Amino acid sequence: MAEIKSVIGTQNKKGQTYTDTWKMMNEAPRTPSFYTGSEVIKEAIRRASCDVMIAYPITPQSEAAALIGELFAEGYIGDYFRGESEFAVMSQCAGAAFGGARVFTTTAGPGTMRAMENFPMWAGARLPIQMIVTCRGINSPLSIQPDTLEIAYLLNTGMLVWHAETAQDFFDWILKGYIVSEEPDVHLPLALCCDGFFVTHTKDVVNLTPADMCLPPYDPYRSPVPCMDMECPPVRMMRDPFVMKSNYISYATHASWQQEIWAAIERSRKHSIHWLNGLIDTENTDADIMIVASGTAVSQGREAIRLLEDEGVRCGLVKVKTLRPWPEEEIREATKNAKHIFVPEFNVTGWLAREIKATIPNHERVHAGPHVCGGMTMPPEIIVSEIKTALGMKSFSLAGRGS
Amino acid sequence: MSDYRVLPGPEHFLPPAAASMGIRLPNPGEAHINGVIAPEEKAYEEAARQFLMAKVPTIFPGPLVLWAWNEKAAKKATAIRHLFNTLKECVQAGQKPMLIPMPDYRPKYPKINPEVEINPNHPNLTIWHNKIDCCIFIGVHCHQANLSLKIIRGGTSCYTIAMCAQAGHEDAMLSFRDASVDKIMRLADTVKRLKGTVQPRLSTAKSGASN
Repeated sequence: MAEIKSVIGTQNKKGQTYTDTWKMMNEAPRTPSFYTGSEVIKEAIRRASCDVMIAYPITPQSEAAALIGELFAEGYIGDYFRGESEFAVMSQCAGAAFGGARVFTTTAGPGTMRAMENFPMWAGARLPIQMIVTCRGINSPLSIQPDTLEIAYLLNTGMLVWHAETAQDFFDWILKGYIVSEEPDVHLPLALCCDGFFVTHTKDVVNLTPADMCLPPYDPYRSPVPCMDMECPPVRMMRDPFVMKSNYISYATHASWQQEIWAAIERSRKHSIHWLNGLIDTENTDADIMIVASGTAVSQGREAIRLLEDEGVRCGLVKVKTLRPWPEEEIREATKNAKHIFVPEFNVTGWLAREIKATIPNHERVHAGPHVCGGMTMPPEIIVSEIKTALGMKSFSLAGRGS
Repeated sequence: MSDYRVLPGPEHFLPPAAASMGIRLPNPGEAHINGVIAPEEKAYEEAARQFLMAKVPTIFPGPLVLWAWNEKAAKKATAIRHLFNTLKECVQAGQKPMLIPMPDYRPKYPKINPEVEINPNHPNLTIWHNKIDCCIFIGVHCHQANLSLKIIRGGTSCYTIAMCAQAGHEDAMLSFRDASVDKIMRLADTVKRLKGTVQPRLSTAKSGASN
C-alpha cells in the first residue's frame, strides 16, 4: 500500500486547495457573511473535506442536513443519504467511519436520545465522527423548541462535547473539531452542540474562510485502531466480546478499554486549548460576582453584566466552551475570587451548575439559575433579577403584571 | 504538574490511566520518563540502560511493522531486527533478550501461547510466563498499546518502553514519539555505546511475575 503523502497545496476535484489548517483558520482572509446558523453549518462542511454525511430529518437540524444535500449535489461530499431513523443514521455513520471516512451528521432532541446507544460505541471504537446537536426539548409533551437537557445525557458517553455560543463559534469549531478529534492520541467522536433555533435559525454576521480552501483529508492510517477488518477489533470484539467470557482478564481488559477512552478525552485537552484558544473565555475574573455559562446563556449573561454595570454592580463572566474535556482547573482559577457564582441554563435540571459545584471549593457559592426550558427565552433581566435577589437588592418581579 | 509517576508495578487491581492522573504526552522532540517530560537524548540513554540491566529485555513488534504494508514498515522491521541483534550482542551471560510479536489484537480464548506471542487483552500472561522485566512496544496501534501498557503496569513489575509512531504513550514508563527508522537505529546505537557500562540486575532481579 502506498504511503500517505502530504496533500497540502494540492487541489481536490472541486478545485479547493488543501490548506494547512492553522493557516486557513488563523491567517487566511475572512469574508463577513450574513447567514443563519444552518447556512453556516453548510459553509463549514463545504470546507471540511467530508467523505460522508448521513442524517434523518428532525427539527431544528433538518435545514442544515438539507443544505448539505446541496453540497453533495455540487460534488463537495463523497456520499450523502437519509437513514431510516436516528438510530440507523448513527449506526451508518459508524460503518462509514470504521471504513476510514471523515463523517458528519446532525441531530436534535429526541433524535439524539433515540440514537444514544451508538455514542458510547463510537467512542469505544475510537471513531472521530462529528455530530452537530441542535438542542431542543426531549420530553413529552412534544416540544421542538430550544432546551439543552440532551447535553446532560451526552456527557458520559466518552465523546468530546463542545457547546457553541454563536454561529461564528459553529463555523470555526466544526473545522477545528475535526482536527482535534482526529488527532491519533484523541481520535474520539465530537458532539458539537448549540441551542437550537437560537443559533440555527437566526441570522448573524459570520466571518468565513475562503471557499477555495479546505481541510486536509482525514488520514485513517493515523488511527489508534485498525480500519475495519473482520479479524480485528472492534468488529471482532463485537463478534467475540469480553462479556461472553466470565473471568478477571476479560473484565480487566474491558475496564482498561473504558479508561483509555477517558484518557483520550484528557489528551484532547492540549489540542482543544491550542485550537480554541483555551477551554473557557473569561471577563472580569476579579469581580465578586461571576456568571458561568455555556451556549447562548453566555450571550444572555453578557447582556446581564451590561445591565448590572448600569446599576453599579460589577460582574464577571466565564464562557465554558468545552464540556468534555471539562475545564476543571480553568473554572476553579477563574472563580477563585468570586463570592457568588450564577449559572443560567436553558434546561430544568441545571446540569452545568452541578458540574461546577463538583469542581470548585466552597460550592455553596454556586446559585443554580436562573433556569428556563421548553423553548422559553431567557431575558437578561431575569439573570439580573436573580443576582440582585441573592445580593439582597431590590428587584422587580418579571413574572407578570399582576391583576 | 501532576505528582503521579508512571513506575513499574504491580500497581493496583485496576490502575488508573496515566492521562487521567495528569500525565501529559511529550511534544515533538521530547520524550517522557516515568511521566516527566524529558529531552529525547536522555530517553535514549535511559531506555538503553533499562535494556542492559534487564534479565529478559524483550521487543514486542506489532502489526504495523510485522507486515510489509508499505515501504516504511518494511524498513522499520529491518531496524527492529537490528535492535534485537544489537541487544543480543551487548548483553552478558545470564541475560536473555527476546523478540515476541503481537501479530493481531483478537481476543484469544481460552488463552494464547505466551512463548510465541503477546496479546493486548492479556499481555500480562506473556510477561509472567517469560519473566520479562523490560519490554519495548513498536508498531502497535496506539489504543492497543495503551491497553497493554496499563495492564502490564497493573499486574507485573516489568519496565515498559514505547516507541510510538504518533504522539507517545503515558502508560509506558518511558515513551518516544514520532518513531522512525532513524530513532530505532539510534536506540540500537545507544545500547551498543553503553555495552559493558551497565550492571545487569541478574542476582537481584525481581522477575516480571508478580505472584
